[in-house]
Amino acid sequence: MTPIDAKRPLQLNDQGQLRHFLSLDGLPRELLTEILDTADSFLEVGARAVKKVPLLRGKTVCNVFFENSTRTRTTFELAAQRLSADVITLNVSTSSTSKGETLFDTLRNLEAMAADMFVVRHGDSGAAHFIAEHVCPEVAIINGGDGRHAHPTQGMLDMLTIRRHKGSFENLSVAIVGDILHSRVARSNMLALKTLGCPDIRVIAPKTLLPIGIEQYGVKVYTDLEQGLKDVDVVIMLRLQRERMQGGLLPSEGEFYRLFGLTTARLAGAKPDAIVMHPGPINRGVEIESAVADGAHSVILNQVTYGIAVRMAVLSMAMSGQTAQRQFEQENAQ
Amino acid sequence: MSLSILGARVIDPASGLDQVSDLHVSEGKIIAIGAAPAGFSPSQTLEAQGLVAAPGLVDLSASLREPGYSRKGSIASETRAAAAGGVTSLCCPPRTKPVLDTSAVAELILDRAREAGHCKVFPIGALSKGLEGEQLAELVALRDAGCVAFGNGLDSFHNTRTLCRALEYAATFDLTVIFHSQDRDLAQGGLAHEGPTASFLGLPGIPETAETVALARDLLLVEQSGVRAHFSQLTSARGVQLIEQAQARGLPVTADVALYQLILTDEALTGFSSLYHVQPPLRTHADREGLRAAVKSGVIQAIASHHQPHERDAKLAPFGATEPGISSVELFLPLALTLVEDGLLDLPTLLARLSTGPAAALRLPAGQLKVGAAADLVLFDPAVSTVAGERWLSKGENCPFLGHTLPGAVRYTLVDGHISHSS
Amino acid sequence: MSLPNPADLISQMATDLNAYLARRTITEPRYIGIRTGGVWVAQALLEALGNDSPLGTLDVSFYRDDFSQNGLHPQVRPSELPFEIEGQHLVLVDDVLMSGRTIRAALNELFDYGRPASVTLVSLLDLDAAELPIRPNVVGATLSLAPNQRVKLSGPAPFQLEIQDLAL
Repeated sequence: MTPIDAKRPLQLNDQGQLRHFLSLDGLPRELLTEILDTADSFLEVGARAVKKVPLLRGKTVCNVFFENSTRTRTTFELAAQRLSADVITLNVSTSSTSKGETLFDTLRNLEAMAADMFVVRHGDSGAAHFIAEHVCPEVAIINGGDGRHAHPTQGMLDMLTIRRHKGSFENLSVAIVGDILHSRVARSNMLALKTLGCPDIRVIAPKTLLPIGIEQYGVKVYTDLEQGLKDVDVVIMLRLQRERMQGGLLPSEGEFYRLFGLTTARLAGAKPDAIVMHPGPINRGVEIESAVADGAHSVILNQVTYGIAVRMAVLSMAMSGQTAQRQFEQENAQ
Repeated sequence: MSLSILGARVIDPASGLDQVSDLHVSEGKIIAIGAAPAGFSPSQTLEAQGLVAAPGLVDLSASLREPGYSRKGSIASETRAAAAGGVTSLCCPPRTKPVLDTSAVAELILDRAREAGHCKVFPIGALSKGLEGEQLAELVALRDAGCVAFGNGLDSFHNTRTLCRALEYAATFDLTVIFHSQDRDLAQGGLAHEGPTASFLGLPGIPETAETVALARDLLLVEQSGVRAHFSQLTSARGVQLIEQAQARGLPVTADVALYQLILTDEALTGFSSLYHVQPPLRTHADREGLRAAVKSGVIQAIASHHQPHERDAKLAPFGATEPGISSVELFLPLALTLVEDGLLDLPTLLARLSTGPAAALRLPAGQLKVGAAADLVLFDPAVSTVAGERWLSKGENCPFLGHTLPGAVRYTLVDGHISHSS
Repeated sequence: MSLPNPADLISQMATDLNAYLARRTITEPRYIGIRTGGVWVAQALLEALGNDSPLGTLDVSFYRDDFSQNGLHPQVRPSELPFEIEGQHLVLVDDVLMSGRTIRAALNELFDYGRPASVTLVSLLDLDAAELPIRPNVVGATLSLAPNQRVKLSGPAPFQLEIQDLAL
């Protein structure tokens, strides 16, 4: 029996434009390319004396972070400010929601303050979908990371980083290394790379850190770092959370570093012009050697810069798609 | 009060009866099938041409939410909904507040159910005090108060030796124990079947082995203790195999499956709809096929609703923060008829899995149409359809089937000869 | 209505621009074309002037005032200004001047790069339909169109103007 609630993609409007940005699942290549192209233009804005454009003047962007994050929150704030939006940031600790106010009520209250867009980070997979579908469908919802599910703006900034350094995706080998199981970044990257036509996507991790059914992403699985890194153009390292040592996922940080840590010697097996990426914050000596993180192959700081431009692109595109959809619906109602 | 039902297709799976016939009821009992006894003049007649008359459905698990969870449902509201689904007898699980671990709670439930009068209610007692899995509940006192079986829900015992003793104690008094086999450690923190769908959605998984590891252990403990055992809410094809093997080596264990497990798979979770959040979780297409085959063969002899009504707020949160369960008893018969529509079962076999099968599993005095038996029956029209949710009686609207057009429509439900539902 | 040949207009515009700059005693201005048609016009103009100074290009998509009605232009490209704006005399070139809103957006954008000494506006056509107090300092030709007509420049080689009738 087909669920009766299966309907058109939640995050697109009737014209196929973004109205929410929840996940990269189901977004066509043209749309991802449009995000990258728009971000390229915003990158130029970031190099000007006045780093601001008036696109979202008079709009209110509300960052609602149910999980702590410095980098993502700051870059979203900067992105919204550079679009001339008014920005509010709320760090909603889990303790205040456990006082009885639900996610639903928190967001409804913010909506009543005439917010035009929410950037939401939440520890539960599917939180952004829930908000877009059931809480505030009229407000553009940007997923700033939900549980293990998706971190689509990080995925797109990684794609922008790769495109700016490698030109295109058609002939690339990209390796994603580390804790794939718990990583929303890895999921978004695998989807984006596949959609953009990357022919060789590899994941490298021990079995305890690989999700079941990872083959569905069209990736090759390696459990040996040296084999997996052979001749790759791009290495994406993932952050390893300390708590993974509990519950038997890994014996120790030391053993993980010995087997899966990216060192200068291991990177030598990749292409000579390979780039090294990391979503941050990095654990030096746990997943990556300092010499690599700070070395010539590293583009980790570029990622941060590109992150602002990508977020500007996504914010402006979703705002425009959501506004168009509302106008369309109003006209239809009349 | 007396009643004649005229011209229905009467199906009684227990006796193999399947013919168009009249059926006569007096003082709550069936007094004749076929010609009316001499001199019988009913106070009421139902013209039932074109309808099927079958034993009232027996649901081995429907949460009534009373006492303790009045926002989710009440004995009155949920038994009323059950009657609309064709149910005349149901078992309610012990997860109430307070937990159904004392005779006082059992008596309260039975009193309220009698007052409401929509369905016969058979409470399932808690196997351990507070369902905490540590200390035995007063099983014999609970039996005497009306509990027909004992279970601990999905909350397993912390200590296998304690469980073992609980089974031996239950075996002493020939009590039936209901297992919801799920290994606590393997299931911990899980929200969905561990497989590609959960991985894609980033939902923590519950592996199939959470069921099979616990099931294998439980079957061996049943064998050792000699307790009467019923395995409830099977979800996996491998789990079904374990039951089948146990039955093949002569262990008298019975099993049921949630009706929705025969219809849905974990792919329904795509889109994060909390309506599909259930525990134990929806599993794969192959699992569903295994469960359906076992229902057909009879390895699984009962289909239950595992009705779990919730208030709106309980489902209004991100998937992982919602409460599990589907409200479905109200659609029990029409949803089950989809299995006939799909060609899986013929109608008499389906009715057996919904009446005689479950009644036999827990030795309930229900599930048969025969002279002298209680006049608990359902009359339904197989030729028309039901639009799910057109009217809704359950307090729980957490039903993913609302809006679907389902085969068949319940016309009358009769409990002890009284009409508890008509439409 | 017959449309002028753009190439014919360019040489006259070059002469007029030289005269205008001389009158204002502007030397060494910076040339900026508004994407897309304004860039073509500016290139042609520089060629006619025999001037090989670098040409800046401006994409005003991020500054448009119809964003909330029409959304972001899907092919927005970065603006490229290969020179300082601060304190410089600018010659801003567009193809067709209609409401004046594009020029308003362009001026806003330019001021985000710095404070120019002056801005001279050059347009191939002026449709005499200004909605803002913006007039070109140098213009190739002025046309009056019916309300349902638009003019479109195609190029860069050959330059061609055509009139499109909008369905009203």
